[in-house]
Amino acid sequence: MLKNPITGLNKVFESRIRLGVMSVLMVNEEINFNDLKQMLQVTDGNLATHLVNLEENGFIKVHKGFIGKKTNTTYVITKAGEKAFAEHITALENMIKGVK
Amino acid sequence: MEDKNQTSSSLQDIKDIRRIMERSSRFISLSGLSGVAAGICALIGVFIADNMLDNYFGSYNSRGFFSGDDFSKLKIRFALLAVVVFGVAFISSFYLTWRKAKKQGLPIWDHTTKRLAWNMLVPLIAGAIFIMGMLRYDVWLFVAPACLIFYGLALVNASKYTLADIRYLGYCEIVLGLISMFLPGYGLWIWAIGFGLLHIIYGIVMWQKYERV
Repeated sequence: MLKNPITGLNKVFESRIRLGVMSVLMVNEEINFNDLKQMLQVTDGNLATHLVNLEENGFIKVHKGFIGKKTNTTYVITKAGEKAFAEHITALENMIKGVK
Repeated sequence: MEDKNQTSSSLQDIKDIRRIMERSSRFISLSGLSGVAAGICALIGVFIADNMLDNYFGSYNSRGFFSGDDFSKLKIRFALLAVVVFGVAFISSFYLTWRKAKKQGLPIWDHTTKRLAWNMLVPLIAGAIFIMGMLRYDVWLFVAPACLIFYGLALVNASKYTLADIRYLGYCEIVLGLISMFLPGYGLWIWAIGFGLLHIIYGIVMWQKYERV
């Protein structure tokens, strides 16, 4: 069960980094690993772990591409990810308003 | 007690989400002082250009005939002046924005900057080629209006990728450009208003809104 039945908050987004990744992807069509890393100020390994987690939950999709010979991995939010994140935001807002 | 904690952490989460969304989609380090600097450069440029024109027409009157040589010299001086003014304006604006980004601890060259630069460059390059085309056929009349209109369109386009307020500066430049279409002969003054005065006003407003501590 991903969602806390009482608050409606999604457990996946309890992590600050996963919350950050989703926030970035909500407003960017796609973003590559390095830009994401720079934006969230995290280490490679840490970010990679959280990205795998989000991917396993079906919230993001990974595109592996190349720019010349360098690999360029980009991330895109999925429909399910958008929905889950929007619901999470609504739940957060409800918490603040004191509505349950 | 737990409720209160939960609420404050929710509030923090929402704040983080908003901040990250804004920061990752727009280049927010654009400094108002950049606008002021660009505006001052433009005004100095117009002042020098006006002197050049006075000299040119002065010599024309006193000698009583028109010299093609003088005119081509004037054209070259104008082109040089334009390049220098643009260069100085660009460098000083860039420096002030770089300083602001550094103060905020944000990178100056990330995907938001790239996107901003690209979306601004498309109308600007189209405008530059268009104006060069006009000059090729000696159509001087519409240089100032074309500069202002294309620049305004570039700003409106760019506003999606940086501080949204820049859109209003864009609208003003477009309107001014369109007005100047019907005021031939005032190109230099309209240029001074569009690139000088409007930049300075915009810069001061932005600075007061976002940067003044």
